Amino acid sequence: MAAPISRADAEHVARLARLELTAEELDRFTGQLAAVLEHASDVASLDTAGVPPTAHPLHLVNVLREDVVRPSLDRAEVLSMAPAAEGDRFRVPKILGDAP
Amino acid sequence: MSSDWETVIGLEVHCELRTVTKLFCGCRNAFGDEPNTNICPVCLGLPGSLPVLNRQAVELAMRIGAALHCEVRGSIFHRKNYFYPDMPKDYQISQYDEPLNVNGSLELPDGTRIGIERAHMEEDTGKTTHVGTSGRIHGADFSLVDYNRAGVPLVEIVSRPDIRGAEQARTYVSELRAILVATGASDGKMEEGSLRVDANVSVHHPDEAFGTRCEIKNLNSLRSLGRAIDYEVRRQISVLEDGGRVVQETRHWNEDEGRTSSMRSKEEAYDYRYFPEPDLVPIDPPETWKAAVRESLPVLPAQRRRELAARAGMAPADVALLVELDLDALVTSAVALGADPRIAVNRAANEVAAALGSAPSLDPAAFATVCRMEAEGRLTATQAKAVLGELLVSGGDPVAIADARGFAPVDSGLVEAAVDDAIGADAAAWARYVAGEDKVAGMFVGKVMKATGGKADGGTVTAILQRKRSAAQA
Amino acid sequence: MTAVEIAADVRAGRRSAREVVEAHLARVAESDGEIHAFLHVDVDGALRAAGRVDDCVARGEDPGPLAGVPIALKDNLCTRGLPTTCASRILEGWLPPYTATAVQRVVERGAIPLGKTNLDEFAMGSSTENSAYGPTRNPRDLHRVPGGSSGGSAAAVAAGFAPLALGSDTGGSIRQPAALCGVVGVKPTYGAVSRYGLIAFASSLDQIGPFATTVADAALLLEAIAGPDPLDSTSWPEALPPIDVRADVAGLRVGLVRELSGEGIAPDVAARVAAAADALGAAGAKVDEVSVPGARYALSAYYLIAPAEASSNLARYDGVRYGLRVARDDISETYGATREQGFGAEVKRRIMLGTYALSAGYYDAYYGQAQRARTLLIRDFAAAYEQFDVLLSPTAPTTAFELGAKTADPLAMYLSDVCTIPTNLAGHPAISVPFGVGVDGLPIGVQVLAPALGEAVMFRVAAALEEMAP
Repeated sequence: MAAPISRADAEHVARLARLELTAEELDRFTGQLAAVLEHASDVASLDTAGVPPTAHPLHLVNVLREDVVRPSLDRAEVLSMAPAAEGDRFRVPKILGDAP
Repeated sequence: MSSDWETVIGLEVHCELRTVTKLFCGCRNAFGDEPNTNICPVCLGLPGSLPVLNRQAVELAMRIGAALHCEVRGSIFHRKNYFYPDMPKDYQISQYDEPLNVNGSLELPDGTRIGIERAHMEEDTGKTTHVGTSGRIHGADFSLVDYNRAGVPLVEIVSRPDIRGAEQARTYVSELRAILVATGASDGKMEEGSLRVDANVSVHHPDEAFGTRCEIKNLNSLRSLGRAIDYEVRRQISVLEDGGRVVQETRHWNEDEGRTSSMRSKEEAYDYRYFPEPDLVPIDPPETWKAAVRESLPVLPAQRRRELAARAGMAPADVALLVELDLDALVTSAVALGADPRIAVNRAANEVAAALGSAPSLDPAAFATVCRMEAEGRLTATQAKAVLGELLVSGGDPVAIADARGFAPVDSGLVEAAVDDAIGADAAAWARYVAGEDKVAGMFVGKVMKATGGKADGGTVTAILQRKRSAAQA
Repeated sequence: MTAVEIAADVRAGRRSAREVVEAHLARVAESDGEIHAFLHVDVDGALRAAGRVDDCVARGEDPGPLAGVPIALKDNLCTRGLPTTCASRILEGWLPPYTATAVQRVVERGAIPLGKTNLDEFAMGSSTENSAYGPTRNPRDLHRVPGGSSGGSAAAVAAGFAPLALGSDTGGSIRQPAALCGVVGVKPTYGAVSRYGLIAFASSLDQIGPFATTVADAALLLEAIAGPDPLDSTSWPEALPPIDVRADVAGLRVGLVRELSGEGIAPDVAARVAAAADALGAAGAKVDEVSVPGARYALSAYYLIAPAEASSNLARYDGVRYGLRVARDDISETYGATREQGFGAEVKRRIMLGTYALSAGYYDAYYGQAQRARTLLIRDFAAAYEQFDVLLSPTAPTTAFELGAKTADPLAMYLSDVCTIPTNLAGHPAISVPFGVGVDGLPIGVQVLAPALGEAVMFRVAAALEEMAP
């Protein structure tokens, strides 16, 4: 199956997840994750040929709602919980680069 | 620069759906409202919130699929995971490998078919405004976010790479827009962001494989689309002709500077870690719903062109402008009321089209009457245009207008005599005309018009001149 | 007193809701300093709510089936205007602008929320030691854990602070603490209770469920919160079949799950489960052994699926719209610093694990494979339920362990959920019923499992066990 997770892998994953881990955390987590993945290798070795994945334990389809307006939240209440707001909008530190 | 380069373009068009509420919640779907007034736990991505799918959004997405001749299938939603401040959940609910609509096509006015790979549903993001010295993202000090648009329903329409140039790309978007507006799925207002286009562009030599493509994101007008593609094609050709290679990347179109610039430093694709959205269940529209959607479709532009062309005895491409300007109904009504199709098409495409936007609507019966009068020779072309002009400005009855202006049919014998007089007055010019100098005819026509007080029909006079010339040459 | 008794008294006017609430708040004030079940006690809100119930009774109107009954709410349930932290620094001070559907339903039926209870941060854990605000202690032995992640709610009921509590269960987070604290805990069928307002951990596994001291009370609370919710696409569209808590098991077929016995289960726990099986047999049930082979790799599948969904669910905690922000020069660094400082170690570990399991090149081997293993497990359960009406197993492999005993090794902690995880993967209901004590005098719970929407038969067996418990 897959090779055990390396520190470089862990660094890449931490970047994807936007976690600014310390070096100590990276070392520790790499080891702990490797142990969990090693334990999970029993799943890896299962013969699942032709077996569909289960994304939902239920078997519902077509759950829809009508196109009818419902009350929105009070803007003041929402902005009062924001870490930073300016006027009627949320304020964030500068963004370097467009969305991926 | 050598000229044997072929351009290959694929377009991704994001279409905001004209629903009353957002895709997964009951907040209003409206452009231009005060920032952050149409937000709720769901579209703001608050902890504990859950999405519930808008039935009308599915209906409109199915209509788009049907209008583009797609196969409409059972589908599921996926999460597309990435971080950005306009993304309340830091994932977008979209569709990945099991989308709603697949394998369709779009017919351009000239008959070319562009393949449609898929048209899937997804939610829109909020809007960020960059604040700083330049107002652009580079050099901004901070940004402000408005989530009114977050959660608005989108359908992303992905074409196959069948488009072959900037002009064709513009035509494709124009035609697609017309279809989307006709189905009621979109209001078509590109200036409000209702339609947004990303272009994938590559170049290659005709007998070689497709080249590496670059994606140009967020082109919000037909003009930008055309300019950006032209620039990018020149840029790629220049790179390749210098011996370099085109880097696969996403580029940003700068409207002011008129160029594309690289957005990402690395050549790698972003890892979105797609997985099936666990908070939503699959959509599997029953056959009855699909059939109802197909039946609800209005007549689409391609079909309107075909019908008008058949009536007028012209090619669909020739009547495309009329359909685009929504004048086909007028012409069709006029023809039904006895107007000559070719005259009706001609007058509509010229005089009526020119007046659009500044004229009140034209009564089809009045229009039909003018066309008939011209066909019967009761009005010359010039006179017909004049009457039509007055109808467009202030309405009224064509016969009354013609009478008021003293437009009456001219005796054909008088016209013939006037032609003979003109020829007789300038034998040298006549000799040149008989020898083949066609433009001399204009001088003769002018003289006949003057002699008949403007009542002769220019076309008829030209025909008489040609007949006499043929007789003289024989 | 039980919830059933309190509600009856309050509805009949024999007791005032205010007096009930004051008595319970007094107990909280007296003992929660040691136990730390609550992160936030809403004294004013509780007294106001009690007043409303009493006014209602005085007017002769129906105050609801839970009238005057104090209830504790796990702090991952959104409560408008009350702090909701998920026991994390990243949501410190956050006041939701809306209330979870399940909470609204109990309030509409007259229950009185006393406050928000402690949990493992974002429901990730089996001991409540992962709370950013300090652990909760087991009321039965203050040196020991109450279990997790709903340790605060389990302890609140066990300590008598409230007869009812709501928790959430993703891999056993209601049942395991119920077993360790000696109370009843139920994970309903997936979809039976709306998840709207439950702060998500693993969306395809999470369910809200009741804690109580009796099976009848648990059923009362479950009936209050269950039912379709238009705000949750995954909520089951029909009401649960009615639950009749009668202890009648004659003729029922009970299967002892082979894979959830033997190795890994402490002998005293195994003994209690065997005793429970015997008791059911004596009461007229047909008890036998059954194999659910998929249960063997359920733990592994869970530790790929749950963190994967969690890594996505927790992406929204980015310092932009609410909660903690550790500001840096640009947004990307702000994300990194906020999440680094805002999340505890276990949460970060699971986000890492989940992100890895979903990442390019690994999706199929990890997440994809785990979802297929899940299908196999569901088929194994279906086969078992063709021959049996309910299944039986331990709830937790041991009694309550000491604080700090398992914190050094995450894998050791994960093994606490080996008996409870299979039902979450299958979406089936299960209940933990106290059934005696272990060698150290600590409570032991027996788990009854039923097929989807099989709450009725599950509660019958649970009621029988309760009656026969030592």
